[in-house]
Formats: sequence, structure tokens, C-alpha cells
Amino acid sequence: MSNKINAAIIGPGNIGTDLLYKALRSERINPVLMIGVDPASEGLKRADKLGIKTCATGVEGALALIRELNIGIAFDATSAYAHKANAEKLNPLGVTMVDLTPAAIGPFCVPPVNLDKLEPGKLNNVNMVTCGGQATIPMVAAVSQVQAVSYAEIVATVSSRSVGPGTRQNIDEFTRTTASAVESVGGASQGKAIIIINPAEPPLIMRDTIHCLCEQQPDEQAITESVLKMVEKVQAYVPGYRLKNGPVFDGHKVSIYLEVEGRGDFLPNYAGNLDIMTAAGLHTAELIAQHKLA
Amino acid sequence: MNLTNKTVTLHDMSLRDGMHAKQHQISLQQMVDIATGLDQAGMPMIEVTHGDGLGGASLNYGFAAHSDEDYLKAVIPKLRQAKVSALLLPGIGTVDHLRMARDLGVSCIRVATHCTEADVSEQHIGLSAKLGLDTVGFLMMAHMISAEQLLEQAKLMESYGANCIYCTDSAGFMLPDEVTAKIGLLRRELSDETEIGFHGHHNLAMGVANSLAAIEAGAARIDGSVAGLGAGAGNTPLEVLVAVLDRMGARHNIDLYKIMDVAEDLVVPMMDQPIRVDRDALTLGYAGVYSSFLLFAKRAEARHGVSARDILVELGKRGTVGGQEDMIEDLALDMARKK
Repeated sequence: MSNKINAAIIGPGNIGTDLLYKALRSERINPVLMIGVDPASEGLKRADKLGIKTCATGVEGALALIRELNIGIAFDATSAYAHKANAEKLNPLGVTMVDLTPAAIGPFCVPPVNLDKLEPGKLNNVNMVTCGGQATIPMVAAVSQVQAVSYAEIVATVSSRSVGPGTRQNIDEFTRTTASAVESVGGASQGKAIIIINPAEPPLIMRDTIHCLCEQQPDEQAITESVLKMVEKVQAYVPGYRLKNGPVFDGHKVSIYLEVEGRGDFLPNYAGNLDIMTAAGLHTAELIAQHKLA
Repeated sequence: MNLTNKTVTLHDMSLRDGMHAKQHQISLQQMVDIATGLDQAGMPMIEVTHGDGLGGASLNYGFAAHSDEDYLKAVIPKLRQAKVSALLLPGIGTVDHLRMARDLGVSCIRVATHCTEADVSEQHIGLSAKLGLDTVGFLMMAHMISAEQLLEQAKLMESYGANCIYCTDSAGFMLPDEVTAKIGLLRRELSDETEIGFHGHHNLAMGVANSLAAIEAGAARIDGSVAGLGAGAGNTPLEVLVAVLDRMGARHNIDLYKIMDVAEDLVVPMMDQPIRVDRDALTLGYAGVYSSFLLFAKRAEARHGVSARDILVELGKRGTVGGQEDMIEDLALDMARKK
């Protein structure tokens, strides 16, 4: 397995399991260990059935296995609080953390926008922002790469079924973190994020609207080309990432309407918001692996 | 119906829900004039913010003429007796906005979620209650679920610390029997200390009738808007409700002639369009669609040549919820392409 890096997934919930399904197809990542804290967890049982080693005593209990299995990358799909402790234990072992929690100890990463700039070979912790951020920041960047964006605003509409208790208890964390990354990664001088949860049945596929205010009159052709190119880049790891309408130009405003359908690996198709997180996490890990192996 | 000696607290929405009808462009002077007029008429509570609540200023919903801070700073010091409330929709506004509103003298925070999503409000209701504010859980689009489901969500908000729970008819879809059933169940099953409120829209011209049904079934707070200034066909017109409550002998402490004068002399002259049950507003009520979509659908009709009524009906079919204004332009573009 010289062309792959061994990886652990911490948190055998929906996100962790979907990530495992995706990682099993990877040409760069070899998922070998699933870590949880509850021996009765369905996620651990599923991992076991797929032939993955499991550990039900948390990261602390898995340290020996992590050394033994020569783990180079760990995906953390637990919580912001748990992530801090996990990173403190694993970084000294030379494990790079791909953080899918809102902890954001490491730099934000939206793969097609800034992964190259982060020097993937040297990273020891990288944060995947939020689902809304993964879906929309590539579009903000597509516009800001053409000309200065003074303000960008994103509206993420997700199905009620796809929003877990962690997000619900701290929905402000979503709006703050996303808005901050719209600025720091997307390149807008000022960012705002809105999340809407819709309980319709059958569940709606994740939708995203991106509005940018350009400082100068928008160059319609250049922005349209940049947006289309960026959509393709995201589609490379999220095939269900679709431009529905736009870019629509209205004065200095550019509006882009997207739909994000998941691949339905473990999570249902409508949960594009969760799929784009796991896909972006894996995509990031693959680039890190490529640098580590080079 | 007997409402004799029933006490009800009326809550004016013209400076918050009314912001929708004015595309959030009410001036500071208009805010102050209307708020002080209502204060003098005896209105006990007045809501002031962007139409979509604290932090609502955005390209998606529209930027207001002034910031929430500036509106609150202008209005609050001018009031003698009325308390000011602020609306907060988790996902749009945050606890930072809540703290700002408290610091400026807002005494009531109303945390609004879609009627099935109460658990996103724990953070905000919890903080508001901890700060000692009058804390309201505001369950929007309450027509979309059963009374039992609504109660379940109301209990969540109550458990987070809300001292008042609203059944909110955001689409102006409800008829009086439904209001009676929902308010009645909330009143019977929630704690005696928890107040119940009703917020109506006038899209089926049921604002006053529904409010009366709510009071009869146990609601202690009723939202309305002077001259009806609000989203869709407006809120329950308060001066009308006050006149009816007078006739019925209910207690509300509002001077009818004074509130009539605020409606006629201050609010009606500043309307951009008459607040009435026009074809599109009626469609909101008939199809169960969020009232603030009205002007967005009308603008999409003007821009893309697709009927606002068709857009609204389709939004209703798709189970669209409050806050999804971005869906209107997206849908209109799709519909225009198919034409």
C-alpha cells in the first residue's frame, strides 16, 4: 500500500460513516480504523463489517493502535470540544488532523480555493469550515478572483432531516464561522451567512444562493467564465454540485443559485450539505497524502 | 362569544412586520412618530427591527434604511410606558444581536423559528431568559402542523426558558376554528405561568376574527399592526381590533381614538401601496405561503413576466418556509425559461 496513507476516522456517526464509504474508494487514503466511544454504536458495527478495525474507547484508548497501524491522517467528525483534545493527542504522533467539527484550530480549507496555498505537505491540522461554507465559498472566490468583492452573502437552505443536534444547539456557530470564511477564504471584504432549515417531505436537496457586491461594475463575461470553471472544480469531488441559475447581474450585484445533491454513499442524496463536507474532507486528505507520499 | 373583562396585551408590529411592506425603508423620524403616537395611545408593547428581525439587513431580504441599532436608539428613549421588543430568527440573527438589543433597552426578545424547528432556539431563548428579559418563543407558519405537533415544539421552547409561546399564522391561512384548537391546546397543556400569544395576518381577512378566537381560547397577547401595516395583506389591524374589543368589554388599556389617529394620520400616508387583500396577498392566505414573499413575487413578476400568483402557488406546493426569499428569484428564472 505504498501509494496510500493509512487513516483513522474519529466519530462513527452519520458523517464518519459516510466518510468511510467514500474513503474506501480512494486511491490515496486507506481507511483502517474507526474510533468511537460507545461499544454498542451502530457506526462501529458497520465499520467492523466493512473490515475496518474499531476502537470504542476514544482516541486515548486507540493510541497504541494508531502507532501500530501507522496512521498518518485522522478525520475528526466528533465535536469542537472533543476535537481540541483529540488533536493534542494525535499531532505529537505525526498525525495530520482533518477537522470536520467547528473547532477551527487549524486554518480553514475549501479545497478548490485555498488548499494549494496551505502547503498541504506541512499541515498538521486543517478545518473544513461548514457545509454552507464548502458549498458557497468556491462561488464567492470565483467572483473575487475576477474583481474586488466588497460584500458577499450566502444563504444555505437545508432539509430538516440533515441537520443534527450539534448544529441545532449552536446555530450561531454556523453563521459566524461561515461568514468569517466567506471573508478569509472567499475573498470578500465583508461576509454574511444565513441558514434556513426546511422540513418539507420528501426532503429538499440542499440549495444555496450566493450574492456578491462588486466594488466596480461586474465584468459579466469574466465572472461567468470563472464561475463555470469553479463549478467544474467542485464537481470533481461532488458530482451533484449544480449551477441552477446565474450568475445573474443586477448593477454591482452578482447572484448565483446552486443545488447540491449528495452521492448517497451512506447519507441520503438530499443531504448534499453533509456530503459536501465529507467529500471536501476526503479530497483535502488526498492532497495531503499526495504531498506526504511525494 | 364572551370576552367581557378578559385582559389582553396588544403588541404592535407596524415598525417590524410593517418594514416588509415598506421594503425596510421606514425613516427614523417615522419610527419615532409612530412609536410615540402608539405610546400615548396606551400600546403596551411595540416591536422595532428590520422586518426579518435583528441582523435581517441583507441582500437577500433587503437592507433597511437604518441599522437595527439606530432604530432602537432613536425609539426607546422617547417612550413613556411602552416596552420595545425585538424579533430574532436563529440562522439570521445571533446572540450578539440579542446582547446589543438588550444593551439598548429592549425588554422583550422574541425568538422565531419555523414551527417544526424549535430546537434551534435553545441558545437564544436560554440567553434571553438568563438576561432576565421577557422571552417569547415564536412558532412561525403554525398552520403547517397539527395542534399536537405545535404543542411538542412549544414545550421545547418553554423548557429553554420562554415565558410566552406564540402560535404564529405567518401565511394568514388559519380560520378561527383552527386558532381555537391550537391556542386552546397550548393553553391547557403548557405551564400556567407561560403566556400564550397569537400573531395573525389578514390575507383571508381573518385577522380580527382569529384574534378574538385566540383570546377566547386563552391567548393573553395578541399581535397586530396599526393600520395593518405588515407583510402580505398586513397584520391584524389594531385600531379595528381595539374597537371590537371595546364593544365586547375586553380590557386592553388602549385609547381607541388615539390609535385611530395614529393609523389615519401617520401610517396610512406613508404606505407605498394600499395594504389590502389584493390578488397576490389573497393567494398567500389561500395557498399557505409566508406573507413577506408578497413583494418579492411581485418584483419577480415584473422582471421575468411570470405571474406572481403562479410563483406563490408553486412555493406553497414546495413547502417553502419563512426566510426562503432567495427561492423566489430562482424559481421565477426557472419558470420564465419554461415559458
